[in-house]
Amino acid sequence: MTDIAVSIKGLYKIFGKNPKKALSRIKQGMSKQDLLEKHNHVLGLNDINIEIPEKQISVIMGLSGSGKSTLIRHINRLMEPTAGEVIIGGENVVEMSKNQIRDLRLHKASMVFQKFGLHVHRTISENVAYGLIVQGMKSDEAKKKSHKWLVRVGLEGFEDHYPSQLSGGMQQRVGLARALATDADILLMDEAFSALDPLIRFDMQNILLELQEELHKTIIFITHDLDEALRIGDQIAILRDGEVIQQGDPQQIILKPNDDYIIDFIKDINRGRVIMAKSLAEKGRKNQGPSVNFKTVLEDVLPIIAKSKSQKVNVVDDQDKFIGVLNLESVIDAMARPNIEVSETYR
Amino acid sequence: MDFLFKFPDMGRDNLRDFKKDVDTSFLEFSGEYGEAIEKAFDPLLYFLVWFEKLLINTPWPIILLLIGALAWFGSRSIKISIGSVLSLSLIGYLGMWQDTMSTLAIVSAATFLCIVIGIPLGIWMARSNRVQAIITPILDVMQTIPAFVYLIPVVMLLGIGKAPGLLATCIYAIPPIVRLTNLGIRLVSKDALEAADAFGANYWQKLFGVQIPLALPNIFAGMNQTIMMALSMVVIASMIGVAGLGIPVLRSISNQYLALGLLNGLAIVALAIIFDRITQAYGKRLQKHRYGEHND
Repeated sequence: MTDIAVSIKGLYKIFGKNPKKALSRIKQGMSKQDLLEKHNHVLGLNDINIEIPEKQISVIMGLSGSGKSTLIRHINRLMEPTAGEVIIGGENVVEMSKNQIRDLRLHKASMVFQKFGLHVHRTISENVAYGLIVQGMKSDEAKKKSHKWLVRVGLEGFEDHYPSQLSGGMQQRVGLARALATDADILLMDEAFSALDPLIRFDMQNILLELQEELHKTIIFITHDLDEALRIGDQIAILRDGEVIQQGDPQQIILKPNDDYIIDFIKDINRGRVIMAKSLAEKGRKNQGPSVNFKTVLEDVLPIIAKSKSQKVNVVDDQDKFIGVLNLESVIDAMARPNIEVSETYR
Repeated sequence: MDFLFKFPDMGRDNLRDFKKDVDTSFLEFSGEYGEAIEKAFDPLLYFLVWFEKLLINTPWPIILLLIGALAWFGSRSIKISIGSVLSLSLIGYLGMWQDTMSTLAIVSAATFLCIVIGIPLGIWMARSNRVQAIITPILDVMQTIPAFVYLIPVVMLLGIGKAPGLLATCIYAIPPIVRLTNLGIRLVSKDALEAADAFGANYWQKLFGVQIPLALPNIFAGMNQTIMMALSMVVIASMIGVAGLGIPVLRSISNQYLALGLLNGLAIVALAIIFDRITQAYGKRLQKHRYGEHND
């Protein structure tokens, strides 16, 4: 198992005039609706418990209003929680002094924003160097040091441009380079690609995945887009109304959704392109048929199985070690949409 | 029925006593502290006198050159630079050079004072809603109260001369820069500020690195307005003995000298236009980043 980088325990956030009192009401079992209607307090986060593993991409997914942006702002304490703990490297962020918080933001956790958050009065290279300048580095040195990140995100030649001269995708690359330049281990990405159009978003996901292969940062990625979550997430937590309703491996969430809300969420995804052979492999004896890598998605497994006489394939890992067998029936089962009621007219 | 047509006032005697009380207590106050307050204004007065003398004693070609250079560095526009030099030359040719230099001195000093006090005040206002709630009505009063009304206590305290003139000019001219500094800082995008926070910027780094630079266009608009208002106080300030273009205007009102009044009035207008064009062009140049290719 990997180590835990960030551990969130019993985190509550209540918006209103007297959050402490509202918290005790919630703990006594009052519902979110009642709290809003009778006491005019909004329950933003409700008893969040998440462990974020080190050096992986952890996605927190939810629709707007689910509290995901509120949650990520508690990790570097841009927001004050009503109750709970956020443990980073053995220290509780909630109890940190102002200076400790500042140190966390300067060196340990950097952030990428949905609306980019660039400084329009600074040039691109000044923006990328911003984190270093705030650390107290001399401007020339900071620019030199941050230059490699500028190159790394493909913006060489734009050093002296201003953000307003760049397209949205390019602006977010600046945002990404700025966050990477401080060498922080934790990268907080708040709907970082949501404002971009689908093609650019796909590009940015690729850039992020490529960088991650090299850098192994602990990335906490907020999104409302399930396809994005499945594409980049090593693990996913799904948030609704300020509560975590399921968390785990993406495959597990698709195959065993534990809530109608999640079923609703995942019904429209292309299952054949997401579910991997390893998730369906059953124990059994190695057969004569062909073998597939355990990370092969069902869409690619299907033609191989169809050609195989036994209608079975062997699933093997990267070292060609046998993991299990996969048969046609379970592939087709898994690719069918779960619990979908076909309306009368189409029957 | 009589009651309905005559407003039940406090009575003539009471009213007279009330006014007398106010007058005597202010007189006592000014008798006691007037000198100290006047002393406090001394450094300002020395600076003003020194600056005025400097402007008057400097050979006119150098002043013209300086104004031309200032216009160029401010606006980077040949048109504005040549226009400034030409209009100043015309003012000199029409015999108003010395008065113009005096006016330039008091307007510069007043503007400087307004900036030094007004910008920090505006920043303070932007930080706290309570401070804003207190200062805004004071600024409202300062802008709407007829200038003659506050000339009375100012003269009672400081007598007549340059210092009270400067004070009166500042009272009249400071509100725009305070208001627009406050507004500019409050309008700075929350996203830019949050980003600064997330990267660990402290209060001063946020103020000087994000808030003031992004508020600069508004601050500049405020400075421009402050200069304009200081210039428009020139005539009123001359009533309490401030030398400059206001004195001949005052003389022409009492003697019905049309040409004299018109010329000096137009000289004030020319100064205003020169200042306005230079500061506006400079303000625009400061925000060159706003005119990118993609403005969305």
